[in-house]
Amino acid sequence: MRNVQTIAWKEVRTYFASPMAYVVAASFFAITGFFFVASVSDPFSEASIRGYIAGAIFFMVFLSPALTMRLLAEEQKLGTLELLMTSPVREWEIVLGKFIASFVMLALMVAGTLYFVIVLAWYGDPDIGPIITGYFGVLLYGSATLAIGLMASALSGNQLVSLVVGAGLLTALTVSDFVADRLTGVAEQVVSNFQLGSSFSVFDTSSFGVVEGGHFADFARGIISVTDIAYYISMTAVFLFLTVVLLESRRWR
Amino acid sequence: MIRLEHMSKSYGDYPAVIDVSAHIKQGEVVGFLGPNGAGKTTTMRVLTGFTPPTEGTAAIAGYDVVSHSLEARRHIGYLPESVPLYLDMTVTDYLRFMGQMRGMNRRWLDERVPEVIDTVRLGEYRNALIGKLSKGFRQRTGIAQAIIHEPDVLILDEPTIGIDPIQVVETRSLISELGGGHTLILSSHILPEVSAICRRVLVIHEGRIVADDDPENLSDRLQHAERIEVSLRGAESREVITALRTLQSVVDVRRDTRPALERAGEQGVMALIVDARPDANAPEDVARMIVDSGWGLVNLHPLPMTLEEIFLELTTEEDSPA
Repeated sequence: MRNVQTIAWKEVRTYFASPMAYVVAASFFAITGFFFVASVSDPFSEASIRGYIAGAIFFMVFLSPALTMRLLAEEQKLGTLELLMTSPVREWEIVLGKFIASFVMLALMVAGTLYFVIVLAWYGDPDIGPIITGYFGVLLYGSATLAIGLMASALSGNQLVSLVVGAGLLTALTVSDFVADRLTGVAEQVVSNFQLGSSFSVFDTSSFGVVEGGHFADFARGIISVTDIAYYISMTAVFLFLTVVLLESRRWR
Repeated sequence: MIRLEHMSKSYGDYPAVIDVSAHIKQGEVVGFLGPNGAGKTTTMRVLTGFTPPTEGTAAIAGYDVVSHSLEARRHIGYLPESVPLYLDMTVTDYLRFMGQMRGMNRRWLDERVPEVIDTVRLGEYRNALIGKLSKGFRQRTGIAQAIIHEPDVLILDEPTIGIDPIQVVETRSLISELGGGHTLILSSHILPEVSAICRRVLVIHEGRIVADDDPENLSDRLQHAERIEVSLRGAESREVITALRTLQSVVDVRRDTRPALERAGEQGVMALIVDARPDANAPEDVARMIVDSGWGLVNLHPLPMTLEEIFLELTTEEDSPA
């Protein structure tokens, strides 16, 4: 675990030293801020963070791969992966360390939006249950998107490839309800159960508050379901495992 | 310390290393010599546990690089040919990170990092970003990360490639200093480098070890062609060359085109290089012919073959039967 910690700490420091993390954080705050304001500025609107959540989980489809794209692609491009892999460090320690670093950055960004809650509590009387489950859900959802982004980063030494593949996979998982609608029977069941989060409810101003579809919906409603938690944790685990396999496979090439 | 037993490594159908066996004892300084694509880097990658061998085994300090990979890796310091570094870290941060990756604790790092920075003479740049350093200084940073954890085995792949000549000289002397404590493997296609630093040379060609000896023995063993340098006066060069070529013991004669400072002031002296058959007393024959023909013999001495030429011999020999 010491190696995981060392790698995670190094990556967090690198994030703070590079412009990418600031660009990602700035766009995250701008986008979520916009959706939060849009969702609460109507007369008689609900004092909830659902608008923020809808914006956050939709744009994490792009922002998470932007956070993770450097992590393994650059190691491969610079050749530093060869030094890591010839040090007494296991592949899973490298992967877990990098994942934790990206999760810390994401968690810091999410923490930076907590002032929405203060604003709501000041001017209204928000229901605290859905807010807690909402933030919890955003972190779970975020970890799955980061794991997918990290896997894309292990594919090649090209950061752009990792960004496009990561965002592509996440988009596919997000819009899987469109695919499921056109399927029947077991196929429909399987595809719809793989839906990561809501798709385009974010653009539907009438349903801002209700994040529909996917495994995220219940978190937004204030419900904690074991299925949803298990889904996000499994997605994270499976994609981190795939990342480890991809790194190990480099030894055989 | 290092043991390679019938090790082969193929990339798909392409055999990069074929049936290589070698034992390297503790404290030995060994050079892998061969042209680009000979299999030096692949051999090093197997030794460092980066890539497993297709057949055979490799072991570092008694630990197999596949079955006990982590233990084997604990004993090595490695500098790949491309000198991979994190360009956005400072020299000190980078060395601390690599040290931690090799299992060093904080106290050891506090003591060791400044020491290594001194060893590689990077004192002024200890807090500089690696991305801002010149190629030569990056090379030193690369060497520093390889020795930071005081490994038993130091593996340096082409450590002087792509840096300017002055830095090359400094890097070589640095590596020579390092040789003292560690078992050191160095690969190079630059022969004077290997002969200057290493006491044992493994010549690798087309994935095979074609010679394994110390630099002196290597040149002795391979001297099947003797070479003589002759300077003389008072004759037409064409006439002399034709005459010398008639000798049984002589293979070829040509003008010595190397710039020779010692001959610069002498008028009418020509210098020739004579390639002769070994064990045929060519120097005697040549001297007799020059004296008998009435030319003035100024100088005659056998030339030692340089490693470059040995190397050429080795590689061309391997080529011809195929």
